[in-house]
Amino acid sequence: MDAGVSSQFDFLFGNYPLDGAFDEMRDADGAVRPHYQALIEDIARLPVEELQRRKQSADLSFLTQGITFTVYGREEGTERIFPYDLLPRVVTAQEWSRIEKGLTQRIMALNEFLRDVYSDAKILADRVVPRELVYSCRHYRRQMREFQVPRNVYIAVVGSDLLRLNSGEFVVLEDNLRVPSGVSYMLTNRRVMKRTFPKLFHSYGVRPIEHYPQQLLATLRSLAPEGRTEPNIVLLTPGVFNSAYFEHTYLARQMGVELVEGRDLVTHDNVVYMRTTDGLKRVDVIYRRVDDDFSDPLAFRPDSALGCPGLFNAYRAANVTVANAFGTGLADDKALYAYVPKIIRYYLNEDPILNNVETFLMTEDIQRRHVIANLDKLVVKAVGESGGYGMLIGPQSTAKQQEEFARQIEANPRNYIAQPTLDFSRAPCLIGDKLEPRHVDLRPYILFGDKIHIVPGGLTRVALERGSLVVNSSQGGGSKDTWVLQ
Amino acid sequence: MLSRVADSLYWMSRYLERAENTTRLLDVTLTQMLDPGEASTEARWRRLVAALGDPPGLEWNGDLDSMAQMLVFDGANRASVKYCIDLARENARQVREEISTEQWQRLNRLFHHIHSAHATEQFHRTTGDMLSSIVDGIHLFKGVSDTTMLHGQGWHFIRLGRYLERAYATATLLEVFQPGLTLSERESTSYRYLEQVGVLRSCTAFEAYCQVYTADLSGDRILEFLLLNRLFPHAILYSVESTLHAIQSIQRNSNRKPPDELIACIGRLHAMLGFTTINEVMTGNPVAFLHSIRQQCLYIHGLIYRYYVHYSIHSALSA
Repeated sequence: MDAGVSSQFDFLFGNYPLDGAFDEMRDADGAVRPHYQALIEDIARLPVEELQRRKQSADLSFLTQGITFTVYGREEGTERIFPYDLLPRVVTAQEWSRIEKGLTQRIMALNEFLRDVYSDAKILADRVVPRELVYSCRHYRRQMREFQVPRNVYIAVVGSDLLRLNSGEFVVLEDNLRVPSGVSYMLTNRRVMKRTFPKLFHSYGVRPIEHYPQQLLATLRSLAPEGRTEPNIVLLTPGVFNSAYFEHTYLARQMGVELVEGRDLVTHDNVVYMRTTDGLKRVDVIYRRVDDDFSDPLAFRPDSALGCPGLFNAYRAANVTVANAFGTGLADDKALYAYVPKIIRYYLNEDPILNNVETFLMTEDIQRRHVIANLDKLVVKAVGESGGYGMLIGPQSTAKQQEEFARQIEANPRNYIAQPTLDFSRAPCLIGDKLEPRHVDLRPYILFGDKIHIVPGGLTRVALERGSLVVNSSQGGGSKDTWVLQ
Repeated sequence: MLSRVADSLYWMSRYLERAENTTRLLDVTLTQMLDPGEASTEARWRRLVAALGDPPGLEWNGDLDSMAQMLVFDGANRASVKYCIDLARENARQVREEISTEQWQRLNRLFHHIHSAHATEQFHRTTGDMLSSIVDGIHLFKGVSDTTMLHGQGWHFIRLGRYLERAYATATLLEVFQPGLTLSERESTSYRYLEQVGVLRSCTAFEAYCQVYTADLSGDRILEFLLLNRLFPHAILYSVESTLHAIQSIQRNSNRKPPDELIACIGRLHAMLGFTTINEVMTGNPVAFLHSIRQQCLYIHGLIYRYYVHYSIHSALSA
């Protein structure tokens, strides 16, 4: 490092505290980790104004492309861009290999769990998972009993949330097995990154992720009903008011499939058709971005107008494939999550490669008493919620909020779990004219068709507020590109 | 193409055409009111509203400025320019993946423009400029639609919406103005001239008319030009012919049996206009003739909706 770069380096890191938390870029002594070395030197070569200029041009590119999401609970139709941080998060080949193996193992086991629970229920008979936990789950679908789903694949599209603990170990925080979103940000972040730092990117040996839409299409095609050699694949969206509508249009366009709403679909004799100007066209595979509840008013919530009446019967008649299958939310229930290590051992006879976060079940008396006594230190989550809604973060909560949660837990213990407040890893972000550490998670996207395929990378979400632990886009989070090295 | 998508493109286009028509008609009327004429301001306003098809909520309240502002900016009034632009954008937003980025950006810009404080302020300061800026925005949208969008079914549905709306709107306008246009000399020539120019300008037809007939204005010729000209894009015959072409193009890329009734209805309207003369129209009942054009446009719209968008499942399965 020459002198100019070195002083710029010192300036950039002028406000970069290191404490117990794992830092993605610097080791415990403050030295830059080898896989970040070239990146940081390159960044330090650029004047701060240039960095900020590139950041602005990246933001503008998101805005003009209309890459926005809708925030709920505010004035209707508030469209915002998902804040983008300039610096990539770097994952080494070795780290990635472990993540890949661990997720493959976990998804195999969870898929097998769903197949078992909806057919023979051996795991319940063997008392590995408590029966009442399964049957009391809001996402358990009785309608799915004794139905063999195509190729036995329940969870074709998964986006698991990983965290990195102080030890440097990656753990699974959540398995999103229903309709995981965010993959369009992974793809657009990469495109913007290539435009902002072309030379740096080229020199780094980053594994490509751009083939995700094609891989998704191949996955969906592999699940088509028997005998449909040229399947008509569609993406089912709840419509323009959904927060992820941009992603739906993006994926449909990238895959070259029709983007349909429930009102475009009709069923007749257990076959699903879409209304086109050329008449009715048969639909073979539906990549569904609509929750179970809203998919078919005849089978699920009768007051929903988003879905297609008769869809579920057509599915059970094996005339159409729906991905993900119905009822998969059972396996990402936050209380059942505590049993995933046991589920892995039960079906695969292996130890989990990726561990869970320690989880307290409110249905267990001892654990519940411990949690209620320690609400100020723990994170409490409602089991069926996602997106950071319905959460209590102990250390940042008021006594009043804690009382409220204690009351709710006692009233409905099955509905809550608690976890320790995690100090998870941080990565450098450009904040103003300095680099500062912010908490990050990682959501890789897993596709399950003929076999399990994980695109090397994922969405790294950032809690942009200093000290904040919440990375959800709806709660002020941002994102950055994720580089998996060769 | 999905029926819902075709429907959205069709309505996006119809609403924009309507916004343009309303804006221009208002602009022309306000300009005309600068000259004293025989008709009172109130009568002229009533005639404007009648030429828009008598939408509710625009009854004369004695204050021209507030009436004009309502017609442009009152989003709650279904006839207002703002309402039309809002709905055009809403339709476009729902088929974002079908239209080009350029189209979306032009429309979005127009939408933000009419919602801005700047637009209201400009309307009070220089009404004409503000109204022109709206028409300009719509023209830009049409231009990028033709140059950036795939000329497939979707594009033809956009044209279908535009020309059907235009044929209907022009027929409505002429139905209101025809009696005054072709009346024997009653007013003094200069006022009469202004009225006639006004009708032509409402259809951006003044210059084109002069190229065909010179500036020698006569009621019969104006009617002939706006009704039966084959080369002028705002003439009814031209619009009906374009509607017919759009339907034929949609049909050509389709493997579905052509809807006989739809082709027959557009063909009948086309023939009715194509094989007549202005003398024939004038010796008959011109108002009834114009009214019949409107009725046929409505009927054609209904058939398009029933055949392409909201057909019964039974009919589609047995086809």
